[in-house]
Amino acid sequence: MNLFQQLFQASAEENNSQGDHDIQLELVGRVVPDSRRCVQCGVCSFNCPIGIPVREYARQGLPVQMADCITCGQCIQVCPRGTLRWEVQRR
Amino acid sequence: MRYLIIGNGAAGVSAAETIRANDPTGEIIIIGAEPYPMYSRPGLAYVLMNEVPWKQVMARRPEWYQRLQLSLVHGRVTHLDTAGKRVKLKNGRLISYDQLLIATGARAVPAPYPGADLKGVVYLDTLDGTRELRSQAKRGRKAVVIGGGITALELSEGLAANHVRTHYLLRRDRLWSAVFNDDEGQLLEEKIRSHGVKIHYHSELSEILGKRGKVNAVRLTNGEIIRCDLVGIGIGVRAQLEMVQNTPIKVDRAILVDQFMRTNIPHIYAAGDCAQVYDPWSETYNLDVLWPSAVAEGQAAGLNMTGHEHPYTKGIPFNACLLFGMHITAMGQINPRSDEADGELNVVQHLSRGSSELWYTYPRQYSSAWSKDGVNTVRLVLDGDFLVGALVIGDQALADPLRTVIQSRVNVSEILPQLKQGGSPMKAALEKLWIGIEAAEAGDNHSFGGS
Ligand SMILES: Cc1cc2nc3c(=O)[nH]c(=O)nc-3n(C[C@H](O)[C@H](O)[C@H](O)COP(=O)(O)OP(=O)(O)OC[C@H]3O[C@@H](n4cnc5c(N)ncnc54)[C@H](O)[C@@H]3O)c2cc1C
Ligand code: SF4
Ligand code: SF4
Repeated sequence: MNLFQQLFQASAEENNSQGDHDIQLELVGRVVPDSRRCVQCGVCSFNCPIGIPVREYARQGLPVQMADCITCGQCIQVCPRGTLRWEVQRR
Repeated sequence: MRYLIIGNGAAGVSAAETIRANDPTGEIIIIGAEPYPMYSRPGLAYVLMNEVPWKQVMARRPEWYQRLQLSLVHGRVTHLDTAGKRVKLKNGRLISYDQLLIATGARAVPAPYPGADLKGVVYLDTLDGTRELRSQAKRGRKAVVIGGGITALELSEGLAANHVRTHYLLRRDRLWSAVFNDDEGQLLEEKIRSHGVKIHYHSELSEILGKRGKVNAVRLTNGEIIRCDLVGIGIGVRAQLEMVQNTPIKVDRAILVDQFMRTNIPHIYAAGDCAQVYDPWSETYNLDVLWPSAVAEGQAAGLNMTGHEHPYTKGIPFNACLLFGMHITAMGQINPRSDEADGELNVVQHLSRGSSELWYTYPRQYSSAWSKDGVNTVRLVLDGDFLVGALVIGDQALADPLRTVIQSRVNVSEILPQLKQGGSPMKAALEKLWIGIEAAEAGDNHSFGGS
């Protein structure tokens, strides 16, 4: 189980106990880079299934915007430098 | 105003970007010896490992240069005329400048053995070289790799990933002895073996043997012969300084620059792997072969070239890498015993890629703390009551807290017992301190922003 599945599962359990239905709506999160670690290798962008230029976000130290991102976590998993992490925000 | 930047790497491109942000109309020319836009040199390892196609390491598109109105010239500078303020390219072209940045980086040290010119002697150094190396690896059957640092390990991992039977020669009985202690070395050695790489201890190369211009074996100093068709060399790097020879620019192991990235000649700056930068804290000129340092030095040079008096403040040298599936983060002063570190540094005399000279220096009042939990280790290096360095292997939860604590130079005397105890007391104490520092910094920024 990867980080995302774990997060979603945890959140699903929590949401179910609260009687909520749509976990996707409840869990808001985004990929956040630590640009000091990034070496611009491009492994993240290459593995993003929908072609988000994650490397560019990492260079500028900006979070990947939720609108583009399907939160699959591929980029975080493949980054060899530990640059990317998942930041959970709740609505 | 014409800004001329020699070098299209991390330092040169960061400088160009900073200059443009501060001078919207000045002419900016970047000269790069390689026929590509800027690419990620650390990314070459992942090209060799077939994790990404080679084009993927290109970190800037041609349109990016156009958008910022940067003229990119492909060519090699061979001469620098500091009096006439111009440079000469290999093809004879002359380009003059008002402000010059030298950001030519460093190149792999060539193999100092007979047979070094044979086909099959390979380096992980440039994009062209890596493309060629990958095609040779696809045909290669057996390789011998030498060198102590990250590049030699990445070479071994990359060759093994291409199903080349790889033999890694260690001069001593421990891996990268200038950085790792015995336990840390052993952890990584197990990983290396699990990838099918055979480690040979106390083994030193004396000659590369070949037939019809191609490698077919190496001879070791003890006379042993290992048959192979590839020899991977990762013994360190040397700053590219050819063009500053025969100029009045002061050089030690690299170009000497002050905190403003200025050389001793007016209007000439240097940054990145080719620069040795004055550090007021240690009062020495330091050499880093690190991507983030090259970026930060390039930015500082760009600011100063556009008339801003901006001293470069060196952060703690930091590298987070993944070797044979193991996460390793090194920061600050980490050498456990400088008296023994002669090894790779003095004998080989070259810094390996992805490392900093500061790693190998010795704190004034040295003590250390060490914690091991299965395959995860944390080594803390203390100078009296201050944390000055750390090496984190495996679980990286403490990497960021440690970086903050080391960088902020807070006195850790109150948590020394927990630090020495290791395990969860150490972790809890460091995390608490970290949160405190971050909160204080956020508070500072807030009041600064509000005033
Ligand atoms: C395999 C590998 C792994 C690495 N791993 C890490 C790592 O894990 N972490 C880390 O922090 N760093 C790592 N590094 C080091 C990092 O890549 C360098 O520190 C960084 O690229 C330095 O940037 P730079 O701009 O100073 O030089 P470079 O990136 O080397 O750029 C130099 C530029 O100058 C040009 N040039 C040189 N001479 C001339 C000339 N005479 N005329 C015109 N142009 C010229 C070159 O073509 C190039 O464009 C690694 C490097 C390699 C190769
Ligand atoms: S994979 Fe990691 S290090 Fe490489 S470009 Fe992406 S964020 Fe940066
Ligand atoms: S989480 Fe998935 S979709 Fe979002 S940027 Fe990363 S790889 Fe792309």
